[in-house]
Amino acid sequence: MNNFGYKQASNIDDAVTLVAASEKTSFIAGGTNLIDLWKYNITNPAELIDINHLNELSNIEQLENGGLRLGAGVKNADTAYHPIVEQKYPLLSKAILAGASAQIRNMATNGGNLLQRTRCYYFYDPEVPCNKRNPGSGCPAKDGYNRMHAILGTSEQCIAVFPSDMCVALAALDAVVNVSGPEGARSIPFKEFHRLPGDRPDLDNNLKKNELITSIDLPEKGFEGNYSYLKLRDRHSYAFALVSVATTFTLDGSIISDARIALGGVAHQPWRSFEAEQFLEGKTASEENFALAADLILKGAKGFGDNDFKIKLAKKAIIRNCLMALRPETQLPGAQPAA
Amino acid sequence: MLTETQDLKQTSAGSHTIDLTINGKHTTLSIEPWVSLLDCLRDHLNLTGTKKGCDHGQCGACTVLCDGKRVLSCLTLAVMKNGADITTVEGIANGEELHPIQQAFIDHDAFQCGYCTPGQICSAIGLLKEGKANSRAEVKELMSGNLCRCGANVGIIDAIMQVKDGGSYE
Repeated sequence: MNNFGYKQASNIDDAVTLVAASEKTSFIAGGTNLIDLWKYNITNPAELIDINHLNELSNIEQLENGGLRLGAGVKNADTAYHPIVEQKYPLLSKAILAGASAQIRNMATNGGNLLQRTRCYYFYDPEVPCNKRNPGSGCPAKDGYNRMHAILGTSEQCIAVFPSDMCVALAALDAVVNVSGPEGARSIPFKEFHRLPGDRPDLDNNLKKNELITSIDLPEKGFEGNYSYLKLRDRHSYAFALVSVATTFTLDGSIISDARIALGGVAHQPWRSFEAEQFLEGKTASEENFALAADLILKGAKGFGDNDFKIKLAKKAIIRNCLMALRPETQLPGAQPAA
Repeated sequence: MLTETQDLKQTSAGSHTIDLTINGKHTTLSIEPWVSLLDCLRDHLNLTGTKKGCDHGQCGACTVLCDGKRVLSCLTLAVMKNGADITTVEGIANGEELHPIQQAFIDHDAFQCGYCTPGQICSAIGLLKEGKANSRAEVKELMSGNLCRCGANVGIIDAIMQVKDGGSYE
C-alpha cells in the first residue's frame, strides 16, 4: 500500500485534464474495487481524482428517443431501484441486485461497475506471474486452480473472467456507453466496450487513455414482458457468478420474434452469440429450441480442468433461464433459480 | 455539497482538512487521503465500536451509515466523505434507551462473540430505512453482506423481522 495524493474534479473537463497528470493518476468514484486493489498492492496510484461530486454524472433521465440515460456516477442501488428501471428495464434491476451486497451497491457507481477488474486469484496475488497485471510474465491459471475461469474467448495469455452482473444485462439490452476524453466525447456500443484478452490481457476494455465514462444509454426497448437473470454461484448470495445468464424475449404467441441471451462468468467480457439469437427468432419458445440455442452459444467452449463443469452448467443455465423468462413472475430475490 | 467539497483545503504533508458530522457531533480534522473512513473512526476519533474484519469489503463488520445509507467504511476514504453525516453503532441509542434493533438483537440472541454485531446492527437499520425487504427471504438476501462466523444468522434475521413487522416475529 502506497501513499497517494487526492484532488476533487469540479466538472468533466476538469476531471479529464487532472487525470492526465501522470500514468499513475486514476479517477475514483465508489472506490469499492480500486481501494481493494490498492490494499492488495495490485494498483499503486500516485494520485486519485475524485469524481463523486460531479452533478453531470449523477442523474437518470429519459431520452427523446424513448430510451433512458443512466449517469455514470449514479450508485448501483439507486439505478436498480429507480422506478423507470424497475418498470421498463427489470432485467437490469434484477442483474444489479444479484451482484455484490447492499452496502457495496450503495457505494459502487454505474461507470465503476463497467471498469471493475477480474477477481482471478492469480491477478490478485502480486507474488505470482500474471499477464494481465504484469504483461509477459505468464498465466498460472491455465494449469493452476481455475474453477472460476473462462470457457469462452480465452487466449494463450489469459483465461480471466469479467465479474460484473450489471454488464451482462447491459449487454443483452444493447446499451451504449458515453465517454469524454482529451479528444472529446464519443459513444461506444456495449458489445464493443469490453474486449477479449488476445495478446493484450492487460486491457480490459476499449476506453482510450484518460477517457471518463459519463453515462450509459438504454434503448427504448426494455423487454419488460419476458426477461430473466439467473446467477449460479458457490454461495446463495454475495458471491461472484460461476455462470450467469440474462435472457429477454419478445413473443408473438409462442413464437419468438426477438431473443437476447448474454452470459456472465464465462469470458473476459459479457458473452453474446448473435448466431444463437438469430436461430431462435421465428422459432417456438420450447425447451428443445433453447437447448439447440445453448449448443450454439457454447460452440467452441473449452475448459481448463477445474472449470470443465462450467460448460455443462452453462448449457443447463441457459435452458433454465430461457424457461424462467417465459414466466418472470416466478423469479426469486437474488437471481436464484425458480422452482 | 459541491461548495463544501471545493473548500477542502490541503494542509501539511498531503493532509486535507475535512468536516464530518459523526453521531450528531460536528468534527473537523486533518487527514491523509489514504486513510479509510474505518481507520479514521477507530484510530483518529477513538470510536472503536465499528469493527475491522477483513478490511476488504467482504465481511460487513465495518458497516456504518453515511448520509443514512449503509456503506463499508473499510472501502471508503475519509477524505471522500467531507461534509457527510456518519452514524456508527455508538450513535444509534437514544441516551440510555436502546435502539429497537439493539433490543431485538438481545431478545433473539442475535450474537455470540459480538464482533460482527455493530456492522449487523448498522446494516439492519439501513435495510429498514431502504424499505425494500418485504419477506424473510428478502431480508436474508439484503443482509448477505454481513457475515457472522459464530452462526447467529437465524437470530439476526429473527431480530430484524421482529422490528420490521413491528413486534411480530416468525
